[in-house]
Amino acid sequence: MTKEHANWSPYDNNGGTCVAIAGADYCVIAADTRMSTGYSILTRDYSKICKLADKSFMASSGFQADVKALQKVLSSRHLIYQHQHNKQMSCPAMAQLLSNTLYYKRFFPYYAFNVLGGLDSEGKGCVFTYDAVGSYERVGYSAQGSGATLITPFLDNQLKSPSPLLLPAKDAVTPLSEAEAVDLVKTCFASATERDIYTGDSVEIIILNANGVRRESEQLRKD
Amino acid sequence: MTIFLPCLGVCKSLLQVLSRSTFSLLNQRSGLTSRLEVIMMLDFSGLESSAPLYGGSNELLSDGFSAAPSFDLPVTSDFDDFQKNSIQMVKPAKGTTTLAFIFKEGVMVAADSRASMGGYISSQSVKKIIEINPYMLGTMAGGAADCQFWHRNLGIKCRLHELANKRRISVTGASKLLANILYSYRGMGLSVGTMIAGWDEKGPGLYYVDSEGGRLKGTKFSVGSGSPYAYGVLDSGYKYDMTIDEAAELARRAIYHATFRDGASGGVASVYHVGPTGWTKLSVDDVGELHYSYYPVEPTIVEQEMTEAVVA
Repeated sequence: MTKEHANWSPYDNNGGTCVAIAGADYCVIAADTRMSTGYSILTRDYSKICKLADKSFMASSGFQADVKALQKVLSSRHLIYQHQHNKQMSCPAMAQLLSNTLYYKRFFPYYAFNVLGGLDSEGKGCVFTYDAVGSYERVGYSAQGSGATLITPFLDNQLKSPSPLLLPAKDAVTPLSEAEAVDLVKTCFASATERDIYTGDSVEIIILNANGVRRESEQLRKD
Repeated sequence: MTIFLPCLGVCKSLLQVLSRSTFSLLNQRSGLTSRLEVIMMLDFSGLESSAPLYGGSNELLSDGFSAAPSFDLPVTSDFDDFQKNSIQMVKPAKGTTTLAFIFKEGVMVAADSRASMGGYISSQSVKKIIEINPYMLGTMAGGAADCQFWHRNLGIKCRLHELANKRRISVTGASKLLANILYSYRGMGLSVGTMIAGWDEKGPGLYYVDSEGGRLKGTKFSVGSGSPYAYGVLDSGYKYDMTIDEAAELARRAIYHATFRDGASGGVASVYHVGPTGWTKLSVDDVGELHYSYYPVEPTIVEQEMTEAVVA
């Protein structure tokens, strides 16, 4: 006897691309602002970046309802941490929290592709990249989402850093200056917009450094 | 579909991927989540199609006991469409090569560092050797998140054991803890093919543990899509009485040869040694550079050289 297949799926893919680059004393986190479903654009002005702590920003593409729920869970866990420890969570600690949060829903995953960017306790830039169920890795740069396969090879070419596994441990962060890195990110999105239908409209760029947070916005093709 | 225990996660999911003809689907926008975790996209097209995969239904029947084998079920049906889709979402093809062997001076553990999602390399710098505690290592093969999470959990349990019993846990005990956890999740789609290597009061210990609940004690193991190649090199060069350097070179060579022939393995070859005082990371070498150090390029003898024509 054949089982009937469900016609309804709890997931949807709202598209979009996220990129993060870690520098010696800064971190750049960027995401486009297009939200789509199927071939339709729902809005051109949706922020995929969320501030989790003073020094941790998360950009997520995928199913934005799951992303919203994930952001809420992490923000509330961070608030509890602040109440209990009287300080903000460090970026590596937030990274592990995100990994565990994702894994706790191992059998009904958050359909969210995350990139966490921030400054570690030494003030160096750190970027953590995730899969849908929580496996994570600290890297020098990362792209996630529908345009990731277009952007990552370009970043490999421009930023290829020595493997973080090497002995003795070498810095994975890029030697580029902050302005160069922001420019690179804008270039990435401009190129990805050309060839990915789910990326475009505009890109929201967050730059984190010792002086604080700066936000930039750049228009992209809207077609 | 045959399932080889050592390459469990890899072969099963690789076959699933192939039988889905994912390559055509990969031309569309998404990929599969990385096992190794690291990086990843979901193959959304699997959720849209009404024909579930052959591979998917096999996944749920793999334990052989819970599912009533109803042979009149056509290949295209599935027990729970959503469960299958969920499993598919987190189970991309992941190739790897990991190996470990016991010799006179302890345990040698080595692994590559590539994570692949179907044909896309999602990362070349994945940590596949997990440091559970200062005297025990675990290797990663299968689902990256599964391996990372459960090894971290095992580390916590080992520490609690130390605090409760005022002595370190044995490798036997640690591997049993992990195997029991994985057995309790049998059939739910976890994919873990790991080796626990350590040094305890009984000397060096090495166990293979997988997500089907299997646990094997042994002296030489290799797990992953590159394991046949690694076994070839390992079996031909292994001697119990090796020095640490000889054993490290054997392990490095085995990983290098596996990365050479297996497309799903690559990146850097990490080699760790577990001795009576704990583990040490011996070397990390890019396999591309290893190739040229093992097989240097001979300069070809040129008889006549073409020179640039002088432009008048």
